[in-house]
Amino acid sequence: MENAWLIPLFPLLSFLALLLFGKRLKEASAYVGILLTLASLVFSVIVLVGRLTGATYKLEADWLQIGDLQLTVGFEVNQLNALMLVIVSLVSFLVHTYSKGYMHGDQRFPVFYAYLGLFTFAMLGLVLSPNLLQTYIFWELVGVGSFLLIGFYFNKESAKAAAKKAFIMTRIGDVGLFIGMILLFWQTGSFEYDEIFASVHAGEVSGTMITLTAILIFIGAVGKSGQFPLHTWLPDAMEGPTPVSALIHAATMVAAGVYLVATMFPLFAASETAMSTVAIVGAVTAIFAATIGLTQTDIKRVLAYSTVSQLGYMMLALGAAGYAAGVFHLMTHAFFKALLFLAAGSVIHAVHTQDIEKMGGLWKKLSFTAPLFLIGTLAISGVPLFSGFFSKDEILIAAWANGNYILFWLAVIAAFFTAFYMFRLFFMVFSGKARSEMKNVHESPVSMTGPMIVLGILAVVSGYVNTPWFGTFLGDWLVEGNEALGHGHIEGPAWIMIVATVVSLAGIYLAYLMYSKRSISRDWFTSRAPTLYSIVVNKYFIDEIYQTTIVYATKAISLFLRFIEMFLVNGLVQLVTGIVRGLGKTGAKLQNGQIQTYGTVAFLGLAVLLLIFALTGGYLNG
Amino acid sequence: MSGVPVSAYLALALILFCIGLYGALTKKNTIIVLISIELMLNAVNINLITFSKLGMAPAITGQIFAIFVIAVAAAEVAVGIAILLSLYRNRKTVNIDDMNQLKN
Repeated sequence: MENAWLIPLFPLLSFLALLLFGKRLKEASAYVGILLTLASLVFSVIVLVGRLTGATYKLEADWLQIGDLQLTVGFEVNQLNALMLVIVSLVSFLVHTYSKGYMHGDQRFPVFYAYLGLFTFAMLGLVLSPNLLQTYIFWELVGVGSFLLIGFYFNKESAKAAAKKAFIMTRIGDVGLFIGMILLFWQTGSFEYDEIFASVHAGEVSGTMITLTAILIFIGAVGKSGQFPLHTWLPDAMEGPTPVSALIHAATMVAAGVYLVATMFPLFAASETAMSTVAIVGAVTAIFAATIGLTQTDIKRVLAYSTVSQLGYMMLALGAAGYAAGVFHLMTHAFFKALLFLAAGSVIHAVHTQDIEKMGGLWKKLSFTAPLFLIGTLAISGVPLFSGFFSKDEILIAAWANGNYILFWLAVIAAFFTAFYMFRLFFMVFSGKARSEMKNVHESPVSMTGPMIVLGILAVVSGYVNTPWFGTFLGDWLVEGNEALGHGHIEGPAWIMIVATVVSLAGIYLAYLMYSKRSISRDWFTSRAPTLYSIVVNKYFIDEIYQTTIVYATKAISLFLRFIEMFLVNGLVQLVTGIVRGLGKTGAKLQNGQIQTYGTVAFLGLAVLLLIFALTGGYLNG
Repeated sequence: MSGVPVSAYLALALILFCIGLYGALTKKNTIIVLISIELMLNAVNINLITFSKLGMAPAITGQIFAIFVIAVAAAEVAVGIAILLSLYRNRKTVNIDDMNQLKN
């Protein structure tokens, strides 16, 4: 565990090596990236195994000394960190492997791997950080990695716009996080998580301040995790290559917001208002994004909205004091959502379109991808025995036990929608008749199917580390030795599990009737509530609302400021430069090389000097 | 000789100096400028000799100094005319306004 600091350095090494030698290595760059992330994965697993039996390990070194203020850097291995390390390095390793096939033939192949290395480094560094300041630094680095990878196809206007949008939207959240961080530092005098929590626990920070800082930090998490109302960047981020969507915008970076809230959980737990804010935002996001997911026709966008929705679930769990449930869902979601994205990438790789209206009948042609996609779909829909079932169940129980019945029912409805739209996606892509233009469909190479199989296995079995039937091992371990995190498992009524099962099966059955068997017309709902449908299909016009309010307002302000700059500031500056320039020009005129001018000036000067001398010396008065 | 007051000599020197100064600062022909400088030098000589003969402490030093000035002026004119000649050969002009090459 002492060597955990090496884990982020392997991907950094990969990044640097590929920056320097990428052009020469060409597609062999993939092996550099794959081997180095494999090293990270091996170390992460060793660290996790070590943490399972050992204690929390923390190592820090002095960084800056400013007066009495001591800033430190270091790393910490606690339960949450160790788990996140394995999730991040595993998904990163699999995505590195997968990309070898997916990105084959791309001109900027080495650059892609270099960026992947940078992102993985930043994400692992974020996970290991023992204090807020270090977290913030890596938090921004992760954003840079995301920006670079979304805009990877920078020839496409939409990709460029999406990259900028992602960066700016998350920035809005980051400002909140930054203010929260500074306020906490002001109040507690430290960036260290331990000291902040100790200070909060000892009651040295006022209740209002706890609520304020917690909500500000939550705003950072809202931006990063694509929660309502800052979610609009995440679906647009699907412009990036699909492996990137799997790594950054499904499994790791967007989960960083959830991770941050989980890390700061003792702070949130100290404020009831902050907790309910987190829960409400989470639940609203979950159902809100799920309804949009019902109407989208782009395979990746459907998955993007489902990511937003699932992240909402995690926030709901954390807000409802279900720390273990939230982290558990974070883990299972990382596996099944990465699987879904990689499978979607495999489909796109095979048929060269993202529009599900144009797909169909791919079940027989993609003999590996299709069953794996089905596993992912079953897991996210919460079908019993798959991982998503157990984690979603924990969340529902946590919401119920916390007494938020409205939020509980919202989550149940969202679960129904999730099952419905995921199977709508599945049936539209894989069942029915093959389209005529889909003749040349080939299964993807082994480098792509291999990672999907690993994730497929995990999407099934990862739920069994924390079940009400065989013991809640993960939850108990996560909260071990830290009472502030609550219980590892919350007891709830047994009917919740039955309701969850019924709801998800109902969603699947409805999707089957509408999109596979077609006994219910697809237009059954849209023709009855066209207005509602048009609102949802346009994503509640959130983008348009932002455009007409915030964007225009910002533009108006900037125009106003531009005029001030042009006429007031620039005018002053030009006045100053004008005076100096005028003086200079006058001076330059004297230096014209005309000997007679020089003589005149010298003579006049002498005359003036003599006059002064005469006046002050009193010679004129005799 | 004794009938002429000191102020008359000084006035002559002043007028001569002013004419010389005016010529040196305004004339376009370099030769005229050189002549004007001679006028100024000679005005100084008149001053020197006046004070040497009729000043508060008459001494021969002033007259010796005047001879020095005349010698230096002669040398200066010789060199000045030589420079002017070679300039004229190169530039085909004696106009002082065209001789502003020192600037660069």
